[in-house]
Amino acid sequence: MTFLSLEPIRVLLYLVGICAFVGANAAYLVLAERKGAGRIQRRPGPNEAGWAGWMQPLADGLKLLAKQIMVPPGTDSLLFRLAPLLVMAPPLMCLVTIPFGENVVARDLNLGLLLVFSFGSINVMALMLGGWASRNKYAIISAARVVSQNVAYEIPMLLVVITLLMMTGTMSLQEITAQQAGGFWHWNLFKLWVNPLMPVTFVIFFTCMLAETNRAPFDMAEAESELVAGAFTEYGGMGFGVFFMAEYANIVVGCCLATVLFLGGWQSPIGILSSGAWGLLWFFLKTYALILTVIWIRWTFPRTQFYSLLNLSWKILIPLSLATLLLTGAMMKLPLLWRALS
Amino acid sequence: MNATFPFSEYLVTAVFALAAGTTIAGALIAVMTTRIIRSVGGLMITCLGLAGLYYFLHSPFLALMEILIYVGAVCITIVFGVMLSEPDEPAEPRRLTRTLRSAAAALVAVLVGLGLAYLSLQGPWPTAAAGAAPADGSVAAIGRALLTTYSLPFELISIVLLLAILGALVIARGGRHRAEPEAGPARRPAAVSNPGTTPQIEPAGADPVPELVTTDSR
Repeated sequence: MTFLSLEPIRVLLYLVGICAFVGANAAYLVLAERKGAGRIQRRPGPNEAGWAGWMQPLADGLKLLAKQIMVPPGTDSLLFRLAPLLVMAPPLMCLVTIPFGENVVARDLNLGLLLVFSFGSINVMALMLGGWASRNKYAIISAARVVSQNVAYEIPMLLVVITLLMMTGTMSLQEITAQQAGGFWHWNLFKLWVNPLMPVTFVIFFTCMLAETNRAPFDMAEAESELVAGAFTEYGGMGFGVFFMAEYANIVVGCCLATVLFLGGWQSPIGILSSGAWGLLWFFLKTYALILTVIWIRWTFPRTQFYSLLNLSWKILIPLSLATLLLTGAMMKLPLLWRALS
Repeated sequence: MNATFPFSEYLVTAVFALAAGTTIAGALIAVMTTRIIRSVGGLMITCLGLAGLYYFLHSPFLALMEILIYVGAVCITIVFGVMLSEPDEPAEPRRLTRTLRSAAAALVAVLVGLGLAYLSLQGPWPTAAAGAAPADGSVAAIGRALLTTYSLPFELISIVLLLAILGALVIARGGRHRAEPEAGPARRPAAVSNPGTTPQIEPAGADPVPELVTTDSR
């Protein structure tokens, strides 16, 4: 038994590793976001600090840390201070069960998928408490929006996941990955012979993920042009910084989940070379491709109106996901009935 | 718990103490505060603690569902209801009334607690599962039990939920009526009146859609 495989050491390493992963992602995805925005809007983006601006996140972090944390008078000071922590904790918890590679997973629970969703649902509560505690009109409007938006989009997301679960028959993310071994045509997204509706399911999942993480075109929580900064209006310094880190952590969790559920996780697209470090490579390639797509979407589409946002969920996505659920069930069970009757 | 983990025997006790402590602390926060949002926060903490207790009792599925449904849905719905209703600061009652109320609350709490404790100590617990209860807390076992042994209660619960949804619809639509009931042909009313959406381009000569007007029925 080596030193690294001792249980306490392993737990400690994963704890530090996940925190570092989230922190590094938050820092450098902000840079990627600003660079991407610059490229799409035909300007250079941050390019002064370091080569091509790669020191910019450090400068931003230092600036945020050096700022005073203001608790404005009239706020619910306890909830006001607690909200950034509450919003940061769930994504860290979700990363516990994400399989990054063949052997790189902090704890492979057999209810991993459910764990990600149950802790993901706390996020809404935290944003809402932050908005409420701020005692600010704009923040409260934003909090109400966050709740109705997240409630609306959680339904199609869970329905889509149920559809997927009917195919996989397990909630362990590591087992779902293992089922998709052997080339990209075995990934759930392309398993058209099992369920021809998989691409529709993926699009619904991705749309809901964008809405759940409050990303443009669905960023109603922080609609700068109408609500100042939404739920974060009264937050300054690192309080605001933590909210932003949590937003990026949620994006990372969402994209990791999409990778595991639809794109084969750490399985290689050609069927070989998916063990060990290669698995990590494939996983991160797929995840970052999705994350960059999220950034690309943000700077390509304008923010929707709130009513069309809710209409999209209640009138299009929910009926569509219910239909996929029913059709998938029929496709899986009708042949059995046929065989039993004949 | 892994055998190589240090202090594993204390760890189990510590986890139980943490879960039980969280539950009790959340419950205390929920009842001691006068701000309703803080009560909901306390309820949330209680539910997290309860989830810990379920996990401790080898039911991880139940634990995660507790978080998903009670924290992720019930608490949020309560807060949403609070946000939509009028702010209602209760007037500070007189000192005597307060003392009386506290005494009554303490009496009721003690009585209920004693009764429950008596029942749980004296009641006949089924020693072995009566053949039907799921042997483990796994999803497959719970699903099988729900669709075979307990299918009637399961269906009854779904009927209750359906009735709740229909009732909510009836209550929510009660205060709405059309401004001019006679104008234009009958159209299916939109579920929400949405003044924010882009105006629909109507063909020339089409009847204008009567506006949905929301009035307070009280």
